[in-house]
Amino acid sequence: MDKPIIEVRNLGKRYLLGEGGGECYRALRDVMVNSVKKLFKGKYKKNELQEIWALKQINFNVQAGEKVGIIGRNGAGKSTLLKILSEITEPTEGEVLIRGRIASLLEVGTGFHPELTGKENIFMNGAILGMRRAEIKAKYDEIVSFAEIEKFLDTPVKRYSSGMYVRLAFAVAAHLEPEILIVDEVLAVGDIMFQKKCLGKMSEVAKGGRTVLFVSHNMEAVEKLCTRAILLSEGKVVMEGETDEVIKEYTEKGKYCIGEQTWQDINKAPGDDVVRLLKACVLNKNKKVCTNFDIRDSVSIKLEYQVLEAGHHLHVHLSFIKNGHVIFISKDNLDSQWRDTVCPKGYYRSVCQVPGDFLDEGTVSIYCAITTVGMANVGHVSAQDLLTFQVFDGMDTAGVRGNYPLHWVSSSVRPRLNWVVEKTA
Amino acid sequence: MLTKKAIGERYLDTENVKIIRRRYGLIGVDFKELWRYRELFWFLALRDILVRYKQAVIGITWSIIQPLITMLVFSLIFGKVAKLPSDGVPYPMLVFTALIPWMFFANSMTKASSSIVASTSMISKVYFPRLIIPTSAVISGTIDFCIAFFLLIGMIVWYKIIPTVNIIFLPLFIFFAFMTALAIGLWLSALTAEFRDVIYTVPFFVQAGMYLSPVAYSSSIIPEKWKFLYSLNPMAGVIDGFRWCILGTVMPNWTGIIISVISVLVIFTGGLLYFRKMERTFADVI
Repeated sequence: MDKPIIEVRNLGKRYLLGEGGGECYRALRDVMVNSVKKLFKGKYKKNELQEIWALKQINFNVQAGEKVGIIGRNGAGKSTLLKILSEITEPTEGEVLIRGRIASLLEVGTGFHPELTGKENIFMNGAILGMRRAEIKAKYDEIVSFAEIEKFLDTPVKRYSSGMYVRLAFAVAAHLEPEILIVDEVLAVGDIMFQKKCLGKMSEVAKGGRTVLFVSHNMEAVEKLCTRAILLSEGKVVMEGETDEVIKEYTEKGKYCIGEQTWQDINKAPGDDVVRLLKACVLNKNKKVCTNFDIRDSVSIKLEYQVLEAGHHLHVHLSFIKNGHVIFISKDNLDSQWRDTVCPKGYYRSVCQVPGDFLDEGTVSIYCAITTVGMANVGHVSAQDLLTFQVFDGMDTAGVRGNYPLHWVSSSVRPRLNWVVEKTA
Repeated sequence: MLTKKAIGERYLDTENVKIIRRRYGLIGVDFKELWRYRELFWFLALRDILVRYKQAVIGITWSIIQPLITMLVFSLIFGKVAKLPSDGVPYPMLVFTALIPWMFFANSMTKASSSIVASTSMISKVYFPRLIIPTSAVISGTIDFCIAFFLLIGMIVWYKIIPTVNIIFLPLFIFFAFMTALAIGLWLSALTAEFRDVIYTVPFFVQAGMYLSPVAYSSSIIPEKWKFLYSLNPMAGVIDGFRWCILGTVMPNWTGIIISVISVLVIFTGGLLYFRKMERTFADVI
């Protein structure tokens, strides 16, 4: 067997986070102040930086001509891996051996300038992606016709519609001819027609015998394009193999998310002598347990619990947590039937439905508490990470994103709001 | 087999294997790679130039008005009011021959200093030799230099000055100015990426540097005992050289110019090494 075209050996990447948990911008001022302090005190308190290993002990090989999908939930280390492979950032430990010319598309349209014309941007972007002028010239007509912007070549791209912009940006990138192509989510841009065209182009590239590394949340695309897949979780490779098996592992078993929890032995279930949980699950719109939700679909949290002692005025709280921060909470007192009512003994079921087009992309963790509300809150159930599920953006133009093609800034929620645009004069 | 290679540079061995790993210590410049990307120097500079001159006629007007007004003010204050010596040439001429390299230096260096932080989106999304970014910023500054140079020709005609043969050495001093701007730009751009507050010191450097360089006066007024220290500022050598090439009247202090050249070589090499060391983490810190 030939030597692998990409060899990843014990790769690790550490990031240092500032005290606030966010990224730290260092100021020379602080460094100088600290040095002065050090001078006088002999030593100063070491900056408390938090270490985070985005990748740890990653090992895998890719053979020439393979199409490998890299999947995993947000924060699993996919982007960091791609950034190391494309030499944007350096690994902290380990090494990667690459036997071929590599080109990466972590974003389309890098270096595009709104003031420049389409034509100027084609050359600009091509050069940034590592193409020679002669190479771009040779492919120029092909790029232009692929992007369908013949008429607007001499128009500054600031006057382009977002669709045109993305088409042009992708067209340049798609005509790169490296031996290894690294693609991040970028295909998922533009309207559906164009997405299909992009995927078609990608398969064409893949069939041409080139090696492709493809990162996506779109399992359908991964399945179509890739022959092999690597599943990352918390910076480690947890599975490697046939695409469909890895995808199955990732989506269905929900090993990396918790879609359902049941407690056979009630004495071990979260709770106390007043109330205990029996079952908790995340349901999709078809009332099936699910951990991977399209951003447009509703998510239901179902809780089943047993009230063992009557006479308590119980409240069920759910906290929706992302990246360690509560994005919102919800309580069952919205249901008027049980509001201000003491619960008799027995079995109960509470379902909280989060509408579609409300949560933002990412992994959501559920914290559940059941308390008695009196003069103070008395806790009975307090379950961290009771359930976790993922929300992904299927890049459907009917979603909140609309046809906005570029990076959508992540936030707590992504609600669908009403927009009215009128031409007033 | 591959691990035997000393850590430091990414490298291609006979099998054409590229190794990506953490680099330690001083990292040399990969000239081969820079050569492969040579077109990008020009493209990035061209982008800056196109954008600047597309947006308005103001671009050109500004690069004409700025040196003209400065020249008038300096001639008035230093020539007429302070009555500093002009080495036998019209004071405006003395000032303008210095303003051309100085403004080129100041503008290019300022642009280069913020260039890394300004290219965040590119740096975090695509790889190319990062040295190209500050270098193109300096290259794009040459356009203003050219415009100002036409003004200079106009002034030479106006004052009926006949350039001497020294003018053939002018390209050398232009290159010297370019290197000075790049040398300081490399330091400041890498420092700015790491420490955001450094950018606020740049206008101060420009301000102080202008008075420490013989822009508004002739370097002949500097007392002999201070000459060595004075010449450590590379722009002192550049400006003396420009005056010598164009006006030809004053014999420059060659020791001073040599000190300036050595000074810029030291700053440049240091800047290059510092930049190469810091560029490993640009994508992580910006």
